Amino acid sequence: MKKIIIVAGVLLMGFISLLTGCKPDPDFDTIKTPELTFTVPQGWPAPAYNFENNVISNANFQLGRRLFFDTRLSKDNTISCGSCHQPFSAFAQFDHAVSHGVDDLLGTRNSPALFNLNWHTTYFWDGGVNHLESQPINPIQNPVEMDETVENIIAKLSADADYKKRFKEVWGSDTVNSQRIFKSMAFYMGMLISSNSKYDKFKRGESGGNMTAEELSGYEIYKSNCASCHTEPLFTDLSFKNNGLKATAVNDSGRAHITGAAADMYKFKVPSLRNLKYTMPYMHDGRFDELNQVLNHYATGVQASSTLDPSLTNGIKLTDKQRSDLLAFLNTLNDEEFVKNPLFQEPQD
Amino acid sequence: MPQVNIRIENVVGNKVLATDGTQYTNAHGDTFSVSTYKYYISNISLYTEDSVEYKEPESYYLVDEEKKDSKFFSIKNLPPGKYVRIKFLIGVDSLRNVSGAQKGALDQLNAMFWDWNTGYIMAKLEGKSPQVKIGSFGYHIGGFKGGENVLQWVVLDLPVAADVKAGKKPEIHLESDVQEWFKSPDTVDISKVYSIATAGLKAVGMASNYADMFSVDHVENK
Repeated sequence: MKKIIIVAGVLLMGFISLLTGCKPDPDFDTIKTPELTFTVPQGWPAPAYNFENNVISNANFQLGRRLFFDTRLSKDNTISCGSCHQPFSAFAQFDHAVSHGVDDLLGTRNSPALFNLNWHTTYFWDGGVNHLESQPINPIQNPVEMDETVENIIAKLSADADYKKRFKEVWGSDTVNSQRIFKSMAFYMGMLISSNSKYDKFKRGESGGNMTAEELSGYEIYKSNCASCHTEPLFTDLSFKNNGLKATAVNDSGRAHITGAAADMYKFKVPSLRNLKYTMPYMHDGRFDELNQVLNHYATGVQASSTLDPSLTNGIKLTDKQRSDLLAFLNTLNDEEFVKNPLFQEPQD
Repeated sequence: MPQVNIRIENVVGNKVLATDGTQYTNAHGDTFSVSTYKYYISNISLYTEDSVEYKEPESYYLVDEEKKDSKFFSIKNLPPGKYVRIKFLIGVDSLRNVSGAQKGALDQLNAMFWDWNTGYIMAKLEGKSPQVKIGSFGYHIGGFKGGENVLQWVVLDLPVAADVKAGKKPEIHLESDVQEWFKSPDTVDISKVYSIATAGLKAVGMASNYADMFSVDHVENK
């Protein structure tokens, strides 16, 4: 993948050189590429966050990406955001039920996938955070995640001439402060848009979007059984629901941890059905390794409780054929271009 | 352009607040000392004798007993006039609680921010008390949504008009009384209520208590 960008970069540099007569910049990461734009995918609603009071630029994207993958954001310089949010896993942590922080400490929740974040107004499984720019400080300060102070991070980054140069390029001066760090990180994360699955191409009538009979049948099954919570086009209605999981020793109260309301006990943010192929395991605590286990849960495993979502009172019972068609449809929501997008990968220098 | 200066003194009843372990007695009869006293003042307005309002733009101040500079600030560029009333919010308005990363007084590094349940700690009082089984108390008062809202507007009439005009720097001296946290409407029994660290009813109750902690000591026209 890197090769492709380098080739593109060399072509571009060649073009710039022709115009200016200058030698190409040897620093690959600061090649002038066309400025990024934030585009709302066709047919999608307006996002909640439009990067207002932020900077839409390549330089900001590259700074945010660098911060996202920088282990210096953790106490012992071992964990970056990208450690638990891997690009190939649609920015979840593949095959980890719960996140592993510094000193191999374990959290209690599954690292959520990150994409299409600008449409959200709450973040984390319990929705405690209300703005993308206010999100990074939470795992940074969490003792079982990165366990670092923002003051220390500012000190570490301020001692790095390359960072100072980048902060100056984006923000007009080389001062490293919390607002700039969080805005740059929010810009990178907000640009992680996944909208090129087979399903998306089908909806837009593009090539590569021809659905099979099974997939189309599965789409209808999805509409009748899943769409009330996992609503198109984000495949989540962004609400908090109790989906009837069996209580565990952790006894995570979910949304009630934030609101203090008994009516919110055991409710968690409805996750998107996009990119499930890359994001196993599933549920807020990563208890299921396979989608079949998830569907088994909805068929026969739903536990009654006062806060159970009413749509699940009788579970979701599907025939074998319906189940395989539904799984075929869910497979059309996997966005290979997104997880392999070279722009989103960890910087290599 | 003319300006008015605001000087704040934190007090405990009729004594100047000291954070050196000095012991005080609250309305419930409990003994306490204060180690940390911080609060936000925001959205300051001044009113002339003709009831014309001047709203200070970007009006956010974090008052910290430990930081002398934080207890004195200037409201600049206000129109000349005789100002007879001041209004402000104890805390940070709800909009800035939902607007992402901020700077200055609102920087998330000021130890006045909840990261796990986004929002500012509007006011913070910490100290020691022999009546508390763990020996110390801490009140972190925050919450801005619906029934959790702790934001309190303060409106104070000035005993003498602040005469704002070119070449002058009138000074409004405000007092903030820690004793008010512990009384009216609810007298606080410190042995029972010694830790508030989330939004909710306890925080709302404490904010109702401290809503009247400010008073104007005097206005100095100079």
